[in-house]
Amino acid sequence: MSANPFFDPSLPKRHRSARRFKRFTAASIIMTLAFLFFFLFDMVRTAAPAVWQAYVKVDVTYNEQTLRFTRKAVDKKYSKIVSRAWLRTLPKQVDTEPALMNTTVALWVLADDQVDQYMKGHHHKLKPKEVTTVENMKENGDIELRFNAVFFSQGDSKIPENAGIQAALIGSVLTLIVTMMIAFPIGVMTAVYLEEFAKDNRLTRFIEVNINNLAAVPSILFGLLGLSVFINLFSMPRSSPLVGGMTLALMTLPIIIVSARAALRSVPVSIRQAGYGLGLTKLQIVQDHVLPLALPGILTGSIIGLAQAMGETAPLIIIGMIAFIPDSPESIIEAATVLPAQIYTWAGMPERAYVEKTAAGIIVILLILVALNATAIYLRKKYELKW
Amino acid sequence: MNLSGNFQPRIKIQSRNLNLWYGDHQALKQIDIDIHQNKITALIGPSGCGKSTFLRCINRMNDLIDHTCVEGQMVIDGKNIYDADVDEVAVRKRVGMVFQHPNPFPKSIYENLIYAPLKHRQVKKGNDCDELVETSLKKAGLWNEVKDKLHTPGTSLSGGQQQRLCIARAIAVKPDVILMDEPTSALDPISTKKIEALMMELKESYTLVVVTHNMQQARRTADFTAYFHLGELVEFNTTEQLFTQPQETLTSDYISGRFG
Amino acid sequence: MFHAEFTQKTGTFKERLVVILLIVASVISIVTTIGILFSILFQAIEFFQLRSFWYFMTGLEWTPGSKDSKFGAVPVFAGTFMITAIALLVAIPVGVGSAIYLSEYAPPRLRSLLKPVLEMLAGVPTVVYGFFAALTIAPAIVHIFEFLNLDAAYNSALACGLVMGVMIIPVVSSLSDDVLRAVPNHQRHASLALGMTQSETIRDIVVPAAIPGIISAALLGFSKAIGETMIVVMAAGLRPNLSWNPLEDMTTVTVRIVDSLVGDQAFNSPETLSAFALGLVLFVITLVLNMVSLKQIRKFKAKYKINTL
Repeated sequence: MSANPFFDPSLPKRHRSARRFKRFTAASIIMTLAFLFFFLFDMVRTAAPAVWQAYVKVDVTYNEQTLRFTRKAVDKKYSKIVSRAWLRTLPKQVDTEPALMNTTVALWVLADDQVDQYMKGHHHKLKPKEVTTVENMKENGDIELRFNAVFFSQGDSKIPENAGIQAALIGSVLTLIVTMMIAFPIGVMTAVYLEEFAKDNRLTRFIEVNINNLAAVPSILFGLLGLSVFINLFSMPRSSPLVGGMTLALMTLPIIIVSARAALRSVPVSIRQAGYGLGLTKLQIVQDHVLPLALPGILTGSIIGLAQAMGETAPLIIIGMIAFIPDSPESIIEAATVLPAQIYTWAGMPERAYVEKTAAGIIVILLILVALNATAIYLRKKYELKW
Repeated sequence: MNLSGNFQPRIKIQSRNLNLWYGDHQALKQIDIDIHQNKITALIGPSGCGKSTFLRCINRMNDLIDHTCVEGQMVIDGKNIYDADVDEVAVRKRVGMVFQHPNPFPKSIYENLIYAPLKHRQVKKGNDCDELVETSLKKAGLWNEVKDKLHTPGTSLSGGQQQRLCIARAIAVKPDVILMDEPTSALDPISTKKIEALMMELKESYTLVVVTHNMQQARRTADFTAYFHLGELVEFNTTEQLFTQPQETLTSDYISGRFG
Repeated sequence: MFHAEFTQKTGTFKERLVVILLIVASVISIVTTIGILFSILFQAIEFFQLRSFWYFMTGLEWTPGSKDSKFGAVPVFAGTFMITAIALLVAIPVGVGSAIYLSEYAPPRLRSLLKPVLEMLAGVPTVVYGFFAALTIAPAIVHIFEFLNLDAAYNSALACGLVMGVMIIPVVSSLSDDVLRAVPNHQRHASLALGMTQSETIRDIVVPAAIPGIISAALLGFSKAIGETMIVVMAAGLRPNLSWNPLEDMTTVTVRIVDSLVGDQAFNSPETLSAFALGLVLFVITLVLNMVSLKQIRKFKAKYKINTL
């Protein structure tokens, strides 16, 4: 075997060009991944300090005067060190525990956000005198960073150290309950109609085109609909989870319809034919045989729709769900805010302390979304139809 | 092997000890075959017998399937194409292939034909191409039918015409060998007849290896026939011998229609 | 016999009732679309009764809130298209490139690993991207261009566009990937059997075959970009600015909509109503883009007789 009859001098050049093309496509995906990791890293890094919050140990005096002017409950040099928000709760503390009246107790209390930022080595606005006070307290062990429970137990606040996501979380839950109560049944019914009952006529085609277009309408326009129809025309309560949920339901509808249709379609024709063979009516077949088999697929799609509604912000801003809500809403007609809207509000706050809270809120919402999507993937894997 | 005629035949392709695995499944076992130049060799056998797999070994199309492992030799013109210094792209340029279903590109007839030769720098744009298109189509017996619509999509032709276009496309690259994987199984009888006639003409210039399900087709067209069964080469002989005096019972059972 | 007929009759009656119920549910999507159209259209018409439609479409000044407020939307459109163009310049090559890698080159295991990661990118709420653009990307751009002795605004169109581009990558790549995978394998085999390299096959055969689908994906990305709100609200400017310089701050249609609706103006003031006029433009553009995009996909499906997509 001597010379290679398959030697082609033009090939090396073509292979090089082929490799360049492959590298370009690989580079695009690597760039995308790099962005994702940089973005996640940046968020986690920004959010990390929010895990802790500064607490200080000070003597707190409870008496007539300090309950009226709460600033005076602590030594004057600590008045800018202790959180104003915490001092405001003094009267309430006495209400729940009257024995505190006319005593002076050494307590670990929430520190002011500037102290907190100073302790974390961030930019702060403490005066030199206050810095010395803090440094002294540090030496005495009277100041420490503790787990930031406030973040989960409080609603929004204009005082950064007292701001939390509880109200927004509850608002989100209420809104999403309304969303799913509306979107799930209507979505599934539409899908059943289009897949199982609809004849190929103009109404059907019109509905299909409509659903397709609805899925492509920018979310902010759903906000305009909610504002002018639900709020202005039907006089529903502004900023409420009811209106928010209804608006999001209309947005989620196409997602649920499309996935439910795909799930129904994946149920083999043989199941339906077997049903007809047994003399069942179409309704019985769909209700007892097709729907149960398609349910996991429908649920998967609905969870994905839910996840999308969870992160939606723009239409909710339009219908006023960015109001300042310090207390958790108790019903769906009270004014409320949702988690992404809370993130938006905090992102616009001037105080440095809100930056880490915004990022922490983002981490919370991302974790919820990952959990939702993982559930969807799990469902899909577990009930994957194998015929 | 007993060959009719007194000229010294030239062996174009030799497989030696060829084994092929798809994952754990051995699809070809110890295949030894000599394929003669300017002859038609038919590969027959029941479904899953390895005949198509063997065909795809000749132009290394099996490389495209994951977890495929080839052992042994496939020698073309004295060179084992599975050697490390052989580029499979160059192999496929010299060993053309026609598939079961006609698969013209969704481009014009003209572009279908000149795409590969242009990339191989066998022709330059312009007159060269026009000439190549004409000769290829003439060789494929399609010229008269399409000469007035060279710029219409190849997919607008009828099934039989599409298959002849695919043959013309393979010829345009100037291969030595043309592999055909059940080239007429998707076509009607009249188109099949045309393709068979074309095969007889093509063997003047090329070496043809044809996989077929249709034993009559093998009988009508092939000079040599190989019978495969469960990944093994059961019998290889001139078509005449194989069909009239099969040496193996498996072969005689198959050609008499007892299974398959 | 009688019994059988009887049950069947009740069956059809109940069935009819259910079908009617199902139709009612299905019609809700139509009602929603019409609701969006009319709720926007009526207020927009009200706006155009107060202000000139012609000036809105061609005027160069957008000065709401001032005494002689003007509503010329050209600078607002210009900002939208500048940011959208930057986003698409990022998203189309990277998205299509990623899709080609995933569908053509990546081994199955790597693919099943990468696909969910891309989906993750698609699942990130846009408010999060907005925060990231404002907090990290925009200052980074200011610093980079400072180094080149160029002035960039802290709410530059470039920062918005880049982050928006990343947001759109999964939109483009996901649909492109589906379409590329739907190109029948016999096309690839035909080309490879002619002695083409894999990359030549992809570039000359697979991608051109998938072009209608890729165009559709790009149009979908385009539609997403101009309708995107949170990124621009958080990271773009409020000031209508007619400029070719992507380092300057610019405003967009969606920013103006949000800005005019969260204020304290009366609902029937031209400031508030202008949001609906802008919304109408947005609605029409995205509707047209979606229609064209669907048509392209239908073209692709018809070409290869594909039903799943």
